[in-house]
Amino acid sequence: MEHRNIISKKQFSLKSFFFQWEWMLVLIFIIVNIINAFLSPYYLNSRKLLDATMTFLDKAFIVLPMAFVIILGDIDISVASTLALSAVVMAVSYNAGVPMVLAMIICLAVGTICGFINGILIVKFKELSAVIVTLSTQIIYRGIAYIILEDQASGKFPSWYRSLGWGYIGGIPIIVIVFAIFAVLYGLLLHKTTFGRYVYAMGNNITASRFSGVQVDKIKVTVFTLAGLMAAVAGLFLTSRMGSTRPNVANGYELDVIAMVVLGGISTAGGKGRMIGAIISIFLIGFLRYGLGLVNVNSQVLLIIIGLLLIFAVMIPNIRRIQRSSFHKADKGTHSIEMKS
Amino acid sequence: MKRVLTIIISFMLVVSLLAGCGGGSADTTKPADNTNTEKPADNESSAKKKYALIVKSTGNPFMEKMAEGFKNAVEEAGGEVINKAPDQPTAEAQIQMIEELVSQKVDCIAISANDPDALQPALQKAMQAGIKVLSLDSAVNKDSRIVHIQQADPEQIGRVEVQAASEMIGGKGEIAVLSATSQATNQNTWIEWMKKELEDSKYKDVKLVKVAYGDDLRDKSVSETEGLLKSYPNLKAIIAPTTVGIAAAGKVLMDKNLKGKIVLTGLGLPSEMAEYIEGGICPWMYLWNPIDLGYLAGCASDALVKGTITGKEGEKFTAGKLGEKSITKAADGGTEIMLGPPFKFDSENIGEWKSVY
Repeated sequence: MEHRNIISKKQFSLKSFFFQWEWMLVLIFIIVNIINAFLSPYYLNSRKLLDATMTFLDKAFIVLPMAFVIILGDIDISVASTLALSAVVMAVSYNAGVPMVLAMIICLAVGTICGFINGILIVKFKELSAVIVTLSTQIIYRGIAYIILEDQASGKFPSWYRSLGWGYIGGIPIIVIVFAIFAVLYGLLLHKTTFGRYVYAMGNNITASRFSGVQVDKIKVTVFTLAGLMAAVAGLFLTSRMGSTRPNVANGYELDVIAMVVLGGISTAGGKGRMIGAIISIFLIGFLRYGLGLVNVNSQVLLIIIGLLLIFAVMIPNIRRIQRSSFHKADKGTHSIEMKS
Repeated sequence: MKRVLTIIISFMLVVSLLAGCGGGSADTTKPADNTNTEKPADNESSAKKKYALIVKSTGNPFMEKMAEGFKNAVEEAGGEVINKAPDQPTAEAQIQMIEELVSQKVDCIAISANDPDALQPALQKAMQAGIKVLSLDSAVNKDSRIVHIQQADPEQIGRVEVQAASEMIGGKGEIAVLSATSQATNQNTWIEWMKKELEDSKYKDVKLVKVAYGDDLRDKSVSETEGLLKSYPNLKAIIAPTTVGIAAAGKVLMDKNLKGKIVLTGLGLPSEMAEYIEGGICPWMYLWNPIDLGYLAGCASDALVKGTITGKEGEKFTAGKLGEKSITKAADGGTEIMLGPPFKFDSENIGEWKSVY
């Protein structure tokens, strides 16, 4: 009896291990790469692939904290506006004579403050959902950026600043190295600290977490502040790549970012998903775009493909749930069949 | 385990289906570049020179006509066209497309820029890879290109539009400009010249109240026009030096039945503007032939790739049916090739032009 139990347990865990969304992502990622390589003879070129990562990694910085936000069961749609505002403030203060390094720190500070304000509003006004709060601040932050720059561009940064987005260290783009460091940090924060455990707990049941003594408000504010900070980091890199910035920069980034997180298997219902999934899906969408761009698929078709992929990702857990419930009904039957074989 | 297998297989099918339909639609939308999606044709494409055109955004009829002319010229020269259009008129999207084209090892990139400076690093990278870079319609800065294809003298365009607006309103009243994006190089140059023309004492009663930006998006241009009407009730004329903006403004003025109260002029496509010109909302407007503009860019690309020209001032080349063209010095210090003077469309000649483009 005991023996059989162990075996069935093992079988089950093996199955669930391969059933994990992250493995599906890896599989899709590999398939996408194989197809891309077939479609274009220029695709498989490590140098070019590394260069291609530079075009999509800027928004990837926001994916990391967004994973936390969505695991909490919340959403932050103000990140693109935060990015624009912090980049605009940086450009304006640099052109007003502030040294570049200080201007970059100001950029990070502005992003952090924007995120902090989001967090405070969300925990202080419990009747307002995060969607409503960040929808309002999305408009407000971009509005402030427009007031500061009035539909103009600002730039003329020192030449060393450009290497942030375009430069290499030992053949690897700087942006890749910085992203790798942040990805590891955020991965550890989510999976190896009590902070991360609390985030999951709050995503599953916020009331239970509060009664268990978790400082839910503090954690929520911290998570939203991190989102603001990382939006500013993304702003630093994007501005460096563009050489200048405008109030309408990064328009629509929030949707790209949320799409990457959701495709990464992080449930919008909260409490589920892992950082590695979100990171794989960044590269999945990035390489898919690059590969199809290489064969000059027009941009609307590209959006449709990514949209379909996303619907698929959201559907999968539901299909599995339906399957599982029918599996339970036919529990006895299947067991006997398995034992026979 | 069977279920896992089914799911994996269905995944593979769906993804390959997606990629398949992606490749397929590339064929149907751009018949010229099917060599890219079909394996056997690859050998042929290595012999054929590849000419890429990046326009400002999709859904812009002016850009589509320009692409048509570009394609004609390149095909006459025996080359292959790659046509790229971002779904949003942003420099970010154009940078990504330049990277993709560099990876594909094209021979030439012609671009209508959404930002004069932001594309510099990407375009310089392309030029370092041996790709000939030229801009058309909307220029990139002089360090990011070999030569620019100038549709018409910007000074003339700016001045003539103010003269038109002033004449339409009898030399007195408030006027506004509805432009494309705030970073569009061509529109900004024209607006500069409009302002210079307005300094003349004969315009002392004409007041430019606002430059609004419709971003070459129809919905934004419509709401910006409505905004202008609300904020400036005494507005007499709108100058829209962009084909998307002028059509949007024409629609707003027609819907609100403002014929005779506010006049519209600027740069518009005859086929889109015929209704408003015949209806009297826009007495007359200007434009050049976008097909010819694309054609000239195509010929110049070919001349650059074949080495007939190097982009230096004073060089001459034959641009197919357009005849001989020469390279002149541009206002920004670089060089340019001029298409010709702007053409005036009014109720007399709109009938014959509206079916052309």
